[in-house]
Amino acid sequence: MSHGPSHAPRQPAPGGGPWTGRPVPRVEDDRLLRGNGRYVDDVALPGAAEAAFLRSPHAHARIRSVDVTAALAAPGVVAVWTGADVAHLPAMLNKEELRTPPGLAELLDPYVAITPMPLLATDRVLYVGQPVAVVLAENRYLAEDALELVDVRYAPLPVLVDPDRALAEDAPLLHDELRDNTAVAVATKVGDPDAAFASAHAVVSEEFQAHRYVASPIETRAVSAQVDPYSGELTVWSNTQTPHRVREATAHTLGLDPERVRVIATDVGGGFGQKGILYVEEMLVPYAARVLGRPVLWREDRNENLTASSHAREQIHRIELAADAQGHLLAVRDRITVNFGAYNMTGLVVPYNSVCHLLGPYRVPHVDIDVVGVLTNTTFATPYRGAGRPETVFAMERAMDRLAAELGIEPAELRARNLVGPDEMPYATGLVDRSGKPQSYDSGDFPELLRRAVAKADLEGVRARQREGARDGRLVGIGFAMYIEATGLGPFETARIDIAPSGRVKLAIGAPSQGQGHRTSMAQIAADAIGVPFDAVDVVGGDTSATPFGVGTIASRALVNAGNATHRAGRLVREKIIEAAARRLGVPADGLDLREGVIRSKAAEGPALTLAELAGRAPLPGTPEPTDGRHGTELSETVHFRPPGFAVSSGAHAAVVEVDEHTGETEILHYVAVHDAGVIVNPMIAEGQVTGGIAQGIGGALYEEMIYGPDGQPRTGTYMDYLVPTSSEIPDLDLDEIHSPSPMNDLGVKGLGEGGAIAPQAVLANAVEDALRPFGVVVRRGPLSPSRVRDLLRAAGRPTAAR
Amino acid sequence: MTTDLATPDPAAATRAAAPPLAEPSGWHEIRLTVDGASVTAQVESRLLLSDFLRDRLGLTGTHVGCEHGVCGACTVLLDGEPARSCLTLAVQCEGAELRTVEGLAPGDAPLTPVQRAFHECHGMQCGFCTPGFVMTATALTEQPQRPDAADVADALSGHLCRCTGYRNIRRAVCQALDERFAGGPAGRGE
Ligand code: FES
Ligand code: FES
Repeated sequence: MSHGPSHAPRQPAPGGGPWTGRPVPRVEDDRLLRGNGRYVDDVALPGAAEAAFLRSPHAHARIRSVDVTAALAAPGVVAVWTGADVAHLPAMLNKEELRTPPGLAELLDPYVAITPMPLLATDRVLYVGQPVAVVLAENRYLAEDALELVDVRYAPLPVLVDPDRALAEDAPLLHDELRDNTAVAVATKVGDPDAAFASAHAVVSEEFQAHRYVASPIETRAVSAQVDPYSGELTVWSNTQTPHRVREATAHTLGLDPERVRVIATDVGGGFGQKGILYVEEMLVPYAARVLGRPVLWREDRNENLTASSHAREQIHRIELAADAQGHLLAVRDRITVNFGAYNMTGLVVPYNSVCHLLGPYRVPHVDIDVVGVLTNTTFATPYRGAGRPETVFAMERAMDRLAAELGIEPAELRARNLVGPDEMPYATGLVDRSGKPQSYDSGDFPELLRRAVAKADLEGVRARQREGARDGRLVGIGFAMYIEATGLGPFETARIDIAPSGRVKLAIGAPSQGQGHRTSMAQIAADAIGVPFDAVDVVGGDTSATPFGVGTIASRALVNAGNATHRAGRLVREKIIEAAARRLGVPADGLDLREGVIRSKAAEGPALTLAELAGRAPLPGTPEPTDGRHGTELSETVHFRPPGFAVSSGAHAAVVEVDEHTGETEILHYVAVHDAGVIVNPMIAEGQVTGGIAQGIGGALYEEMIYGPDGQPRTGTYMDYLVPTSSEIPDLDLDEIHSPSPMNDLGVKGLGEGGAIAPQAVLANAVEDALRPFGVVVRRGPLSPSRVRDLLRAAGRPTAAR
Repeated sequence: MTTDLATPDPAAATRAAAPPLAEPSGWHEIRLTVDGASVTAQVESRLLLSDFLRDRLGLTGTHVGCEHGVCGACTVLLDGEPARSCLTLAVQCEGAELRTVEGLAPGDAPLTPVQRAFHECHGMQCGFCTPGFVMTATALTEQPQRPDAADVADALSGHLCRCTGYRNIRRAVCQALDERFAGGPAGRGE
């Protein structure tokens, strides 16, 4: 990344010091490079039985009968359970995610359907891949052999794949306890949108569709569990992003005290949201370990991951923009439909994110948005990197380009005319944010983001090339898209710091890492806050026994929440250290300083004390032996950081593409991303996060799609059909950044884990449409695979290569 | 590693009544070297090499991401050539010389130039795909002549990484090749 002149004062960070802002190499790497990672499937559990799940082959069917006799008799089989065997366990419900924040409930009164998911289907299956039975055997090979012997008879029922169809009056009801197939519904209004539309100079009205694609971490999901025969404590290893939530849910399911359950997420091979929800397998594996009295392991295969772990992104936007003759936005209206799949797993999270990120960086006086989530016979859809934002940005940014075309204004110029300015911060949009407070953008400089993106992408140069015409049927196009991202979702995160007798700093945080490098960045923050060397800090994340409370690493929140909790805990421990040293040395505390792990007098001369000497057992010469009774110099602090509001990141992306008119292939010639995530703790890690996010966005824009047939059968269940981009498809990116520190937290940081993934679909669709402008093509959905581009060209009357 | 670890003790098998007796496929004795140690083991006909390494030998550095030959996470060096251990049966490895990520820099040995390059270029995030990339890159550095850009691109396109966006992986491989073929750490291949 270019670390060129930065816009806002870059460093030192508001709460920073010598380590914050430096590209400190990761401490995680050495272990991982030697093959010493510890992912769930690497934890040796001698004597473990392995689980395999029998999954529904039908999208919608009644279960008439299940016969496990033959499976039970198969070699190596320990147990076979069906829905009836576990019906006494409560159905699974992610109460945290389904909760409507009070402010939101009061102001908008959203509807949220509650659809608990049975651990194994009993009478009905609602999507292909739903767990129907579980086989426990001596190993996975034998378990899968026995799966084939479980005899389930189904009576197929009518299948709903299309969300519009699922809302029809006569549609079959997927959940008997509901009045219809609505999963969530919420509407919001600002100003007088109808009047604004009536008086507008120009109105564009379009239907855009964000297509379904998936997180696809390279490590599939896995859970193992063991009851410690000594303590009776249940230990669960899960590659979850939210270990404390898994602990609560598992304890609830099994009727245990949460304190008797320990959930550990050590190394996690990528999550991207897919591992941030609860799954029935996560409940059943610990259950099996308890019932069987031996460890149990389940590791998902890729086909299961693609078809039966959560999906994402499928939305329809019927969007309208109203503008004056100069292109100033007067009003936005959007009717959003979100395909939820078979269960409502995460409530308002995705749909409401789509609502409150639709306006992005633009000033829009009148707004009318409603969103409805719909239950269908497809795999449940939940947050995936961006969580409702890439979808809504796709709709808004495509609509901006259509408006630009309508008015004959350069799309980048149209954007520039509508941006909220840096002098307007904090900016209130008039909407309500996800936590139920009036939505406010805390800081940012959107015009500068766009200015840089336009310059780097060489808009003028591209227009000049376009005037020269296509070369060998290859058409050049340029596209832009901008976004804002409310990051640092609460309610809180926890950090606990202890100074060990050796003087080493032990930091435990509630948020685990799935590759974000917390062991490095959190150690940088702690080192600065306390005044110790970076390598004196050991970080533990993702072990519920290390912190009593925690939320997790989801929603671009870890750095903001866990980072600031760490910072505060570090400052408090620092005070305690200095006070203890003052007592020990018999000098006033305000005369002491702590730097690089040494406490010394601020005056040039004077006694010095290392942390090890202060915290260690060995008393200094002349200090009294420990006396009986309370001493009270424990060098430890636990802090829960509750963010007062969202830290709003932002970005402008641009892409220059070449589309081959004959083959339909799109080549990215230049991809520019300018982002603003406030103060950067570790620029190397930050750049990696942004790059990885963009790569996933490019995948979604051009290659990846989870396709269902009308019968509800997934058609992309392997990596042969579901195309994750390789190194050959992802170009080097041209990155730039500005830094508008967040006033919402001491460190001035904002989240950036998801940001990169938000704009690429919109940018590339805009660029491809721009390239095909001579033919009047309008792009309404992705991915822009060669065959879809050829379809667009054929529809526009252009001959293309045969299919 | 000792041969005993990998060979089921028939008496123990009887006690556990577990995988060996239950296994419906045939059993074979194989001899091979793994990271320089010789191994003799009884394996089922259908046992995948990836499972043999991970479950029988405890070499969990080799990861399984898809079990159908696309992601490359399971790549090991089989007689010096990158091979997908999820598409290879353990019985096929009779007499073979296998190398896994654990064998590159055993114990506290300094990281190899390839491993070091992945660290220095931040060519990894979650680390799950990394051993596969590292083994393929190691094979590239062991060729007699520097592979050209197309060969490198070809080799890398056999691996999926969902975290990094690949740029830093390309830089890492380039750095390792520069170091190997130019006789010292050269530019970072940007
Ligand atoms: S696990 Fe072997 S190629 Fe994916
Ligand atoms: S580093 Fe996570 S998949 Fe490559």
